[in-house]
Amino acid sequence: MSEPAPAAARPTEEEPRRDDERTEQSDEQPTETPSTPTTGADAAIAALTAAGVEHVFGVQGGAIMPVYDALAEAEAAPTHVTMAHEQAAAHAADAYGQVTGEPGVCMATSGPGATNLVTGIADADMDSDPVVALTGQVPTAFLGNDAFQETDTLGVTRPITKQNYVAGEADAVGPSVGEAVELAGAGRPGPTLVDLPKDATTAETTGDEAPEAELPEYYEAPEFAEESAVDAAADALARAERPLVLAGGGVVKAEASEELRAFVEAFDVPVVTTMPGIGAVPEDDDRCLSFAGMHGTGAANMAVSHTDCLFAIGTRFDDRLTGGVETFAPEAEVIHADIDAAEISKNVEADYPLVGDAAAVVEQVHEAFAERAADATERYADWREQCHEWEEQYPMTYAAPDEEPLKPQFVVEAADAATPDDAIVTTGVGQHQMWAAQYWTYRDPRCWVSSHGLGTMGYGLPAAIGAKVAAPDREVVCFEGDGSFMMTLQELSVAARENLDVTVIVLNNEAIGMVRQWQDAFFEGRHTASEYGWMPEFEPIAEAFGAKGFTLEGYDDVADTLEAAFAHDGPSVVDAQIDPGENVYPMVPSGGDNSGFALSEGQL
Amino acid sequence: MSRERTGGEFADRDTDRDGLQGPGPDERERPSGRRSKEGVRVDPEAEASHPARRTTISALVKHEPGVLAEVAGLVSRRRFDIDSLTVGPTTNPETARMTLTIEEPEPGVRQVEKQLEKLVPVISVRELGRDAVRRELAVLKVHDDDPAAVEAVAEMFDARTLDAEPGTVTVEVTGSSAEVDRAIEAFQRFGVRELTRTGTAALARGNEWTTDAEEERYERQPVDAAATDSASATEGAEAHTDDD
Repeated sequence: MSEPAPAAARPTEEEPRRDDERTEQSDEQPTETPSTPTTGADAAIAALTAAGVEHVFGVQGGAIMPVYDALAEAEAAPTHVTMAHEQAAAHAADAYGQVTGEPGVCMATSGPGATNLVTGIADADMDSDPVVALTGQVPTAFLGNDAFQETDTLGVTRPITKQNYVAGEADAVGPSVGEAVELAGAGRPGPTLVDLPKDATTAETTGDEAPEAELPEYYEAPEFAEESAVDAAADALARAERPLVLAGGGVVKAEASEELRAFVEAFDVPVVTTMPGIGAVPEDDDRCLSFAGMHGTGAANMAVSHTDCLFAIGTRFDDRLTGGVETFAPEAEVIHADIDAAEISKNVEADYPLVGDAAAVVEQVHEAFAERAADATERYADWREQCHEWEEQYPMTYAAPDEEPLKPQFVVEAADAATPDDAIVTTGVGQHQMWAAQYWTYRDPRCWVSSHGLGTMGYGLPAAIGAKVAAPDREVVCFEGDGSFMMTLQELSVAARENLDVTVIVLNNEAIGMVRQWQDAFFEGRHTASEYGWMPEFEPIAEAFGAKGFTLEGYDDVADTLEAAFAHDGPSVVDAQIDPGENVYPMVPSGGDNSGFALSEGQL
Repeated sequence: MSRERTGGEFADRDTDRDGLQGPGPDERERPSGRRSKEGVRVDPEAEASHPARRTTISALVKHEPGVLAEVAGLVSRRRFDIDSLTVGPTTNPETARMTLTIEEPEPGVRQVEKQLEKLVPVISVRELGRDAVRRELAVLKVHDDDPAAVEAVAEMFDARTLDAEPGTVTVEVTGSSAEVDRAIEAFQRFGVRELTRTGTAALARGNEWTTDAEEERYERQPVDAAATDSASATEGAEAHTDDD
């Protein structure tokens, strides 16, 4: 994949920075010594450092070598985590960004390195996660000539980045990287990319080594919504009989959880979340009906269908949430708060658009509503009662037989019970992801790290690595399916090398289970290419990578096995051999009516 | 690595559980309202569709490489029904103007505006009013078997002759999109050998600024008499040189 580098030039990843040595060196040199010329590559690293970037996830290669060299040589530089595959570097950076709220940075070489980042960048774009990608590029003189390892990275990533740049000369590198970092985290977060032609990174800079990073000239992210719009929204809430708060991922990203919790508590309003919004409000709060949408809870979907005033914050009304838009919250006046004006009325028309930062807007609405809500809490009593009835009518439960096979939901609940409340859960994509969303109780934002919009199988393990690097003191649990895990399990080598204490729980049903579930429901049970009977044993695979492996087959072993896996200081993999017949319900059929969720295959 | 646990308790298995419960979809109370496929809440009985309308949107953008590709990519990816997209520089070397004519239902028109506005190099966007000045250009090469008749048609449509050779005449037509259509149709009787036409270029009429940013960026400077003088002096000098 990467152009072989001469051994002498290859930075040694195992000992990324010999800080002590370098400090000694610099002590010997008088500070007045004229500084050595800086290159574009030095400027890239200086810009990252100036922006406060602490970790970079990446893979070496020909065109990015000067940047790696600068990373190794710089006195202060982010710590580099070498990943096994560039896709994993992007996912790790994405998860790092989700956990810290600061942009995660990934790095790859030109051509295949850059294209391997694409899935991760697209994933970050769909979920509005702050990610900065730095890609090597062939020298500018070769651009467009189909040179070795050349790809039109700018063209390829234009539709999946918030903004991308080519730094065509050394002096452009620092400002571009600085701007990319600023922009990734500003307003509605998203991925940015800087393409770095090799001649620009090797040439000497003439200007300021690390100019202050700035947002692009015309970029504006509004903070407060217009007062008149807030008043109109508050009037709508005051008129409502059955108001419902819908908290999207934007609540988490805007750090608006506290404001939202205060609002919900003050007026006793029922609240549901979207999948990315999980944790925005505590799921064990009496007012929280958990998440709505395709595999959301019955109560959440009934509430969404029957509300007459939906206060939606930081959501783009994805089709997995709305089902058929014709039947989504059909009786509701919609108040939609979003920092991205283009999200307003994109999928669901907003009667009351509020463009601004979620935390600021929720406070604005709180204040405006408080003046009008004298009788609100009493007036909503019947509605709250109705929501609780739905919760009792449609409890999240599953058959837990005496005998094997093991139910996946039980494994999720057991892992939840065995970990602290602030544990971070990452997942791949598929049935296991839905069980992890449904049966784990999330109490805080930034505890749930998953691939929502793009639905990238294999997201879980690299995300767990990114999450653990971001929060080394927190427990990180990764749920994977067997099919999903197979897509990125080579990253176990990274977890083992860095001794990252992550626990991967593979809910193994020897299938891409979600596909098989849909085949049962909509393709007359023809399991084309969805059953993976040739799955390897994950326990010895884990051991081969240097992780600790476990196999979990029966209920009696769940407690001991999970305990041992969590206790292991380093990466561990639990191959939980679950009931292959278990499917994910409730389920709103694709494009269906939220209130028509099926509780079993027979109801589809 | 820390491994503190708050609970340390594992979940207990309740073997009485027997799967999800509750009334089935048919037994549930369903709301009676509905939305159109554009997500607009509508009367359950009414026809729920928004007819498309044709309109012109002007965008002031940063004059830098990649902006056209970005806008074109946005339009094609989101499947906006676009009739024409033109781009050209403005008096400010840092900016360029794009004019889009689109045919979309109302929510689509708003989306085009907002999605454009969201692009980082786009400075400002506005939908132009019905009275905006709109112009299109077509260059047609027609068979010239009957020069007098071609000339008559050209005159009728204010077409300029750009080139005339035995057998062909090349003319230029400018006007509204409909005027250009009509002219091309009229020339069809001679047989149009080749045709090229531009999209619409448009500006707001009168004192109105075409986009908000222009109001801020191009607020009319008081005319500097000296500058005007020197400009005409230069013109004179050039003219003089030409005479030489």
